[in-house]
Amino acid sequence: MNVDQVPQDEKNLNEGKVAKLYYATDEKGHYKKVNSIGWEPETVAMEQAWEVVNDEVDEARKKVIEGKASPILYYIKKNIMTASMVAGYVGTLSPIVHLHTMPFFYRRLSKKTLEKYAYTFRITVDELTDVERLKRPL
Amino acid sequence: MNTTFTHKQSAHCESGVISNLMRFHGMEFDEPAAFGIGSGLFFSYLPFVRLNGIPVASYRIWPGHIFKKFSDRVGVKIERKKFSTPQAAMTALDKMIDKGQPVGMLTSVFYLDYLPAAYRFHFNAHNIIVFGKENGRYLVSDPVMEHTTDISYEDLVRARFAKGMPEPSGRMYYPIQLPGDFSMEKAMWKGIKQTSEWMTSIPIPLFGAKGMKYLAGRLRQWPDRLGNRRAVLWLGNLIRMQEEIGTGGAGFRFIYAAFLDQASTVTKEEQLFDLSKQLTQSGDKLRDFAYYAGRVCKNRTSDTKTFSELAEMLEDCSKREQEIFTQLHQLSKAK
Repeated sequence: MNVDQVPQDEKNLNEGKVAKLYYATDEKGHYKKVNSIGWEPETVAMEQAWEVVNDEVDEARKKVIEGKASPILYYIKKNIMTASMVAGYVGTLSPIVHLHTMPFFYRRLSKKTLEKYAYTFRITVDELTDVERLKRPL
Repeated sequence: MNTTFTHKQSAHCESGVISNLMRFHGMEFDEPAAFGIGSGLFFSYLPFVRLNGIPVASYRIWPGHIFKKFSDRVGVKIERKKFSTPQAAMTALDKMIDKGQPVGMLTSVFYLDYLPAAYRFHFNAHNIIVFGKENGRYLVSDPVMEHTTDISYEDLVRARFAKGMPEPSGRMYYPIQLPGDFSMEKAMWKGIKQTSEWMTSIPIPLFGAKGMKYLAGRLRQWPDRLGNRRAVLWLGNLIRMQEEIGTGGAGFRFIYAAFLDQASTVTKEEQLFDLSKQLTQSGDKLRDFAYYAGRVCKNRTSDTKTFSELAEMLEDCSKREQEIFTQLHQLSKAK
């Protein structure tokens, strides 16, 4: 890739925070460092990955509102986590976390356990248990 | 206390941290040199290991390997520590900062709030350097950022003690003894030898240049095997592995070509520069592959014809890399 071929696509997901470093060649073939603000194929691939995440979050949100799952499921998806990761933070096993995503077991959770979940998702217990929040589009 | 620390942006986090740490200790290694000496380049495709249901394709060696090999080959002694509690980890970090010693550490990208939201997935092997503390916030030199930034105590604790695979467990490292005498030339040849050997002669078809050919073969079947939606998703994942932040373009091929360019100056071996040019061309082909794959992802239509065209592009790259690294292997064997 030549120095002047380094892509500078305006449409990117960098929020102006990062301009990636690329290695590109000058006319003799020696390498130079060049910054790039974005490249379309990369942006497309990233958008696609986030779309999958957002779809899952939305699906979980609907389930929670319908009462088919506990808010824990929603926040697991929202934080792009898996049951086993959450289990690591909460200090339990992933099947247990899986049970807690069901309303039946979720209703029986102690304040202490809820606090652990809230800490994991970086919210307060009130926010965790408040299903009304999810009904408003985010 | 803050130390005088010069931050330089780099493409890849691990080689960038090495470069920045070594500069602080008075030894100048450009990022490509660190990457090449640590044998950072590789290719592997593991269809049976899946992340979020997508097979793992990697254009690099596994995390931590570059640092290990670099310190072996240059002769730097590195002190590595891991901790069982966040308190112990942060106290140890504070002590090092008070001494004026910058510390490299493993973190999870998810909790680094100075990065754009789009990059913040749970990737637990990101390397950063913490080099000071100001108003209760830690000063951070993240190699992929243009400038230094800062992070709060809480976020840094979370980033250092993230769960999942692999767990950073507060791992931190810093050089304790610098090499007396060492030969840059020798270290570079050692790096080249390992990379070229691994790229060409591992007798399993999943690794090295052969791995790319194998992936091409599998790629052809994706539309029939997976259906439209998943085939496009898997292809998108491949683009991300190849082009996302930290790769320097074309799945680390351009960083490595830059290393060969530098190595040819150091070792005065003209042929290395020639091979660097060839690797640049092969990397350009990989960029083309990503470009066309990106178009497929944008249109969301996968058909067997476009996928076999994409596979042909990968096969071409595989053939080129096989040739380049075979030549490199012969060169490095003689040294």
